Amino acid sequence: MNGKILVIIDHFKGEALPASWEAVGAASELARSGGGQIAVLVLGAESKPLAEQVFQFGVQEAYYCDDPTLTDYRPSPYAAVVASVARKLSAAVLLFPTTVRGRELAALSAVELGGGVMPDVTELEVSDGKILATRPVYAGKLLARVVCEATPAVITTRVRAFKKPAADPAHGGEPVRVEAVIPEEDIRVKVAGYTRSETGVSLSDANVIISGGRGVSNNPELSPPAGMDEKQAEIWRAQQGFKMIGELAALLGAAVGASRAAVDAGYIPYEHQVGQTGKIVSPDLYIACGISGAIQHLAGMRSSKVIVAINKDPEAPIFKLARFGVVGDIYKIVPALTDEFHKRLGK
Amino acid sequence: MNIVVCVKQVPDSAAKVVVEGGRVSWGDAPLVLNPWDEYAVEAALLLQEAAGGDVTVLSVGGESAKEALKTALAMGCSQAILISDPALDAADSQAIARVLCAAIKKVGGVEAAFFGRQAIDGDMGVTGVQTAHLLGWPMLGLAARVEFENGKLRVERSFEEGRQIVECQLPAALSISKDIGEPRYPSFMGIRKASRAEIPTWDLAALGIEAPVSVVRWPEVFNPPVREVKTEMIEGGSPQEIAEKLVAKILEEKVL
Repeated sequence: MNGKILVIIDHFKGEALPASWEAVGAASELARSGGGQIAVLVLGAESKPLAEQVFQFGVQEAYYCDDPTLTDYRPSPYAAVVASVARKLSAAVLLFPTTVRGRELAALSAVELGGGVMPDVTELEVSDGKILATRPVYAGKLLARVVCEATPAVITTRVRAFKKPAADPAHGGEPVRVEAVIPEEDIRVKVAGYTRSETGVSLSDANVIISGGRGVSNNPELSPPAGMDEKQAEIWRAQQGFKMIGELAALLGAAVGASRAAVDAGYIPYEHQVGQTGKIVSPDLYIACGISGAIQHLAGMRSSKVIVAINKDPEAPIFKLARFGVVGDIYKIVPALTDEFHKRLGK
Repeated sequence: MNIVVCVKQVPDSAAKVVVEGGRVSWGDAPLVLNPWDEYAVEAALLLQEAAGGDVTVLSVGGESAKEALKTALAMGCSQAILISDPALDAADSQAIARVLCAAIKKVGGVEAAFFGRQAIDGDMGVTGVQTAHLLGWPMLGLAARVEFENGKLRVERSFEEGRQIVECQLPAALSISKDIGEPRYPSFMGIRKASRAEIPTWDLAALGIEAPVSVVRWPEVFNPPVREVKTEMIEGGSPQEIAEKLVAKILEEKVL
């Protein structure tokens, strides 16, 4: 490959999203097999300290832009700086993590630079000097090989598909400041504020996910407070169920997931949904509690390393994907699991 | 306010999708309006109810895509246009964005363009923002909440760490997240109106553009390697006994 590999770090107020380092890892893999130097770009407030950190991952050059117009993320001024740095370096490849900002900036940079965009890839190889990417389609029911005929190839790397590179603290360097491109008066979007979500561990980054399905509302031993109608009582029961799942999740440092059925029934907010129209996840351990395993759900978690299924129905399709299965009542099994993990992990 | 919603027809999310004889097959599962686009249609209709005007629904696809357009009409969109041209068969996201940009200009007087988060077939999620960029409009992606007051849009965008509240004047493009609320069901009257609707088809000549260049090729689509899972059922006389065995097995896998 001729030309540099430019990796764009995604962060919020100076805190890098973990997938950013995985994109640096993907760049190292590409550099090893196809050659090319790695440059990193960090944009926004607190970008300089982050840019200083990247050298330890074997990166040759780092750039940052902390112009006031970039304090809050906005697509157009960010994309303009990415494009200007990419042009200056004659970058052959742009790598972003598959985050909301990463995917958006990748799409914009590809148009801006006359390249092609290949979002959410899980594998990269160099063949005949071109990058061949593999990406899941139809929520992972199929895989596609994709190739970009134009330069640069703009890629976003799927969260958890690439390894964070090993750090060598002895390897340092001085990042270079670059200028913003679009003045404030030409930026039409103004940021009025933020609301932070309270979801705890993020589903996409989680090593362990404990998920609940419709089955979480079926505890016959719970009697809801007086005065609730049937639907309210069902939701109340389900919330007690998710509380129980949450206790196990807290112990294991896990994220809480849910099936679409549980979200649609109003048991838990949408941001917890795993599946084709929710989040696609691939944790090391996925424990499905009271989830039967509709095809949309399986598509969203099938690439998890170890799947454990607990369900009353021995015929539930989820068992076909599970490494370990328990036919039983989640209200008895999950608390017993929490106690046992407590003992074994010494927490 | 005149609004455009860009939608795609895709195999139903419950379809078992496989590659057979080199072709993608979804068996006898129906083709439907992309589920994410239903939220875009819903958000567009909500905005129209607040601000007036028309909602035009656009789709690039074959003749069958008219069915997806009819779903959007039945939900309450004012008119639908199919964009179809054999030259678009292997079009990549940027080529589709150029076509949508030309179509939005041809519709005329459009002040807001709505998109779904991504199509559940290609899972690209980039066409909306690319179209916005080509129009020279700001993109308010993954909108969880949309308000319109005094000619200004106020949108809550969803990010990994929470929501960012942004404001901008029209025109603008938005992609819509599921947080906007459940899309409405087509009404009986809507279904009747949609079934009688004449949906015009525009080809590239009608849009006054040449076939845009596609630079991303898909040389191969294939079935993922079959996952050989040997399921081990954990049994025991009590929940405690099951938990003991299961936790021991999980710890052996060294995933914690």
